[in-house]
Amino acid sequence: MNAIRTMVLSLVVLFTNLAGAAAGEPRGTGDLGIVIERASGSLAIVEWSGRRVLGRVEGLGDLSHASAVFSRDQRYAYVFGRDGGLTKVDLLEMKIAKRVVQGGNSIGGAISDDGTLIAVSNYEPGGVKVFDAVTLDLVADIPAAYGPKGALSKTVGLVDAPGRRFVFSLYDAGEIWIADFSQGPNPQLTRFAGIGSQPYDGLITGDGRHYIAGLFGEDGLSHLDLWAGKPEPRRILEGYGRGEEKLPVYKMPHLEGWALAGGRFILPEVGHHELIAMDAATFAEAGRVAVHGQPVFAVARPDGRQVWVNFAHPLNDTVQVVDVPSLKIIHEFKPGPAVLHMEFTPRGDEVWISVRDADKVEIYDTRTFAKRGELKIAKPSGIFFTARATRIGL
Amino acid sequence: MRIKAKNRRRSPRKPGNIWSVLALGFVAAGGAPSLPALAEGAVDAARGKQLSYLVRQDCGSCHGMTLKGGLGRPLLPETLAGADARTLAAIILDGIPGTPMPPWRGQIDETEAMWIARALKEGTIE
Repeated sequence: MNAIRTMVLSLVVLFTNLAGAAAGEPRGTGDLGIVIERASGSLAIVEWSGRRVLGRVEGLGDLSHASAVFSRDQRYAYVFGRDGGLTKVDLLEMKIAKRVVQGGNSIGGAISDDGTLIAVSNYEPGGVKVFDAVTLDLVADIPAAYGPKGALSKTVGLVDAPGRRFVFSLYDAGEIWIADFSQGPNPQLTRFAGIGSQPYDGLITGDGRHYIAGLFGEDGLSHLDLWAGKPEPRRILEGYGRGEEKLPVYKMPHLEGWALAGGRFILPEVGHHELIAMDAATFAEAGRVAVHGQPVFAVARPDGRQVWVNFAHPLNDTVQVVDVPSLKIIHEFKPGPAVLHMEFTPRGDEVWISVRDADKVEIYDTRTFAKRGELKIAKPSGIFFTARATRIGL
Repeated sequence: MRIKAKNRRRSPRKPGNIWSVLALGFVAAGGAPSLPALAEGAVDAARGKQLSYLVRQDCGSCHGMTLKGGLGRPLLPETLAGADARTLAAIILDGIPGTPMPPWRGQIDETEAMWIARALKEGTIE
């Protein structure tokens, strides 16, 4: 009797499983993404072609200022939390695949060009740690020690560079380091000192050639040409503030999402309510755009025709759109209180905007500027689409 | 306006009593018997909520939403134990030149800066 009951139960379980498998149509991940819910340590998994939320994943710790990179197959998101948590999220299963707390206080990360290494930038203890992308086991620990006493610097502006390399800046030390993993798990380090005062973020161009660190402590940026036989850092756009007193900066700008368009970079200035255009060949100034406030993100639409800009507190309810060829503001609107981030669909037809204090993400057509949709998401901040997996530096 | 249970206990009896409102402000301002000149006046509960939100969300850009630090230093009671509240209030109002700490004067008045300084030291930011 018991044997029969067991057999029947087994059959029920078997059929249930088969039914489940049949119901779950295979699907791609190329139009998926995540939205960080910064206050609740969770994220929403979204599908941009359907403009919808597919599910939520919880238990990711402190996600204020969180960011993410994606595995090459675009199935997994690696989420870097503020509390040092590194979480690998399975977008298809919509669950945490693996999670480690690797530092006390971290600020972002990168994935190597071959997809095998995840690097995390830490404020505390200052340095970079590198993990195996599959297991999240520690591969290398790179303390950012500087000066005679070997103090540890906060690290910022960590990006991947071609050839299994990572490049990052040392905020306290004013240095840029390259960690080269091309020879295996023990990185070859190249250090550049005296690159400028208080680098606060960095970017690498989509061709993997130019690393640029923004400086808080002085009017200028630091540039490293990674194609040079012997790269040498040099100051660019020195004195862009023209000696004018700096305005208070209530939120540091981000250089990720930098715009290279029409042969010009468009970058946010620090302490001046302007964007600065820079010639991509000569790195000389090529124009300015006066904007609404302290720019935080100046993000190029993927075709490079427009740059969308959001602003620091207390002017963070506004977005402006700059036409790159003319360097004119062609559109301005107020999505709502605390616009934190903008992410374009990979071909740039739509942009997703997180409006933190309204607990929503808004979706706009980038040509007509018409609103296309709105998603209820709690305290949204960073929006990251899987297409980033295919781009250097994202 | 949501009144915290703690405050409700201190202002009993008649709801809407003028003293309950005053007591609320007083407790919110730190409840110290003698307020320094900088902090005369009070922050009401509604403004206190706004300030708490500002501290977590906007100061949090650099100091972390949980105030454990980031590009800026941690703002936890244990890390601020040795700091004088008036000094902290002055830093909030005027910033620290040469660092990313900006002046908040114009958005936050002296009473509010003092309230934030005390709330940080006491760990009572909501």
